Amino acid sequence: METGSPENTGTARDERAGAEPEWTGLPPGLLRMRRLLLVVWLGLLAIGLAVLLGLLAGPSWTAFALLPLALMAWGWVMLGRNWRSWRYAERADDLLISRGVLWREETVVPYGRMQLVEVTSGPVERHFGLASVQLHTAAAATDATIPGLDPAEAERLRDRLTELGEARSAGL
Amino acid sequence: MTTPGVDDAVREQHPGTDRRLHPITPLRRAWAPVAVLIGWAVHDPDQAQRQLTRLTTTTLLLALAILLPAAALYGFLTWWFTHFAVTDSELRIRTGLVFRRTAHIRLERIQAIDVTQPLLARVAGVAKLKLDVIGADKKDELAFLGAEEARTLRAELLARAAGFAPETAHEIGEAPSQQLLRVPPRVLAVSLLLTGATWGTLAAAVVVPTVLWLTTESPWTVLATAIPLIGAAGASSVGRFVTEYDWTVGQSQDGLRIDHGLLDRAHETVPPGRVQTVRIIEPLLWRRRGWVRVELNVAGSSNSLLLPVAPREVAEAVVARVLPGVTVPDRAALSRPPRRAAWCMPLWWRGYGLTITDAVFAARTGVFRRSLALVPHAKVQSVRLTQGPWERLWGLADVHVDTGANKTVTARLRPTQDAANLLHSQSERSRTGRRVAAPDRWMS
Repeated sequence: METGSPENTGTARDERAGAEPEWTGLPPGLLRMRRLLLVVWLGLLAIGLAVLLGLLAGPSWTAFALLPLALMAWGWVMLGRNWRSWRYAERADDLLISRGVLWREETVVPYGRMQLVEVTSGPVERHFGLASVQLHTAAAATDATIPGLDPAEAERLRDRLTELGEARSAGL
Repeated sequence: MTTPGVDDAVREQHPGTDRRLHPITPLRRAWAPVAVLIGWAVHDPDQAQRQLTRLTTTTLLLALAILLPAAALYGFLTWWFTHFAVTDSELRIRTGLVFRRTAHIRLERIQAIDVTQPLLARVAGVAKLKLDVIGADKKDELAFLGAEEARTLRAELLARAAGFAPETAHEIGEAPSQQLLRVPPRVLAVSLLLTGATWGTLAAAVVVPTVLWLTTESPWTVLATAIPLIGAAGASSVGRFVTEYDWTVGQSQDGLRIDHGLLDRAHETVPPGRVQTVRIIEPLLWRRRGWVRVELNVAGSSNSLLLPVAPREVAEAVVARVLPGVTVPDRAALSRPPRRAAWCMPLWWRGYGLTITDAVFAARTGVFRRSLALVPHAKVQSVRLTQGPWERLWGLADVHVDTGANKTVTARLRPTQDAANLLHSQSERSRTGRRVAAPDRWMS
């Protein structure tokens, strides 16, 4: 059986023996987008709250507007941790996706089981030059999505996965 | 009525020629307007009474004179415009009077074929043919065919799906079936009496209306709660008995045959190699008798029962036929989660168990109602490992195995390192397991 990735030639067995596969993290674009959205929405909320409270309840009540700001700081850190936890590895015969900080989840999808690979990109994602790759198998529970990829990388991944899927195709 | 010459007529036809459904078909929708009227009358009796008194004989006759021919014409036209044809690789169904619909069903994608006969259809000697296809939400059905024609058509479809040469597909006829098991009515009745759900729903149907009567004394509230409860109790006891009555499992070349039903007879066929998961369920009160219930999942099929009740050894023998090369792992072979799992799932952690054989991934859940799920390695679509914060504190993780029938089998509370190893070894096994699995056309 030929092995897929050039860096990992012949390492399928070594990986099983415990060696770490070659992980790829997500590009920083996704983190930037999420943090920007967080700052914009919570910033607006804080300003709105401050203005409303200041007008209706008195200046000392404006201190409550610090609440969204604290939330923003916490969210800033959380988004960073979550972003760092996302990673994927293309191995010779399967794709690995690992994510989550508190609730960790690791998914393995053999290439032969892929029914469909999708590249999606919403309006906000497009503005930030991001795209996500979603894998579908015959099982609906398979939740294999890699968000926030560079569109070129997403397309490369899609083509490569499709190609590998065809080479190792299997039915149900 | 069954035409005696139908069998020959079917054989004489060329493959690919259009056929029509049984001429009795238009009648099956005839009762629909009547049912709507009755439903309306029951729903709103006062209104119905008033409307009825207003009706004069002439309006009634006029309505009948318009409605009946219209319904008859509609029924006739839908029948007239429905055709089906069997070609070498496909079953084509064309239906629709206004919105035409043409379904081309690839024969090797057929997961199961059922012949069902509702009570009235049994009287009329006709049957319904239902086809399970992957990816289709609803079953495609051919209703109605002559009972004999339905059998021959099923045999022909299965033979073609199995990969027999098109010319010989007709002649093969129905593959001989060898009976594996028949559930005696007495055993079925006893097994239902020993099921908690039966007594639970019955108790609810008796207790809840009584309590309501004592507290509210309003007959309408009591009726409104009692009717659905009694319905549920009936469905879980009498209903189950009626559908699972005379459950017969037979083995034939084109798959496993399941025949059952007291009033509505159903004949199901599960082709080999289509089963994604098998669950062996052992309720608490059945254990002393050594009985089990076996459920299965086939992609794109709603049939999920293989055996309503059977002794364990017999059930294991039948499972070995459904999943070739699989032996049901012994109870002792199942490894429990470590003792610290009690912190994540008090008491119930004892119910979990996991073992992996050369052919299957087997995970057990449940303390009182034990359920052992078997997934052949070749049927695994993806493997996932999940771990929440509390589980990580205790060094435990869950491993989920997803199958094509949208069922996920979970091995809960494994030690983290074991789970990580399992994740990789299982994906490896499912990848290689596919190579030794049977082909889609299992006869070619």
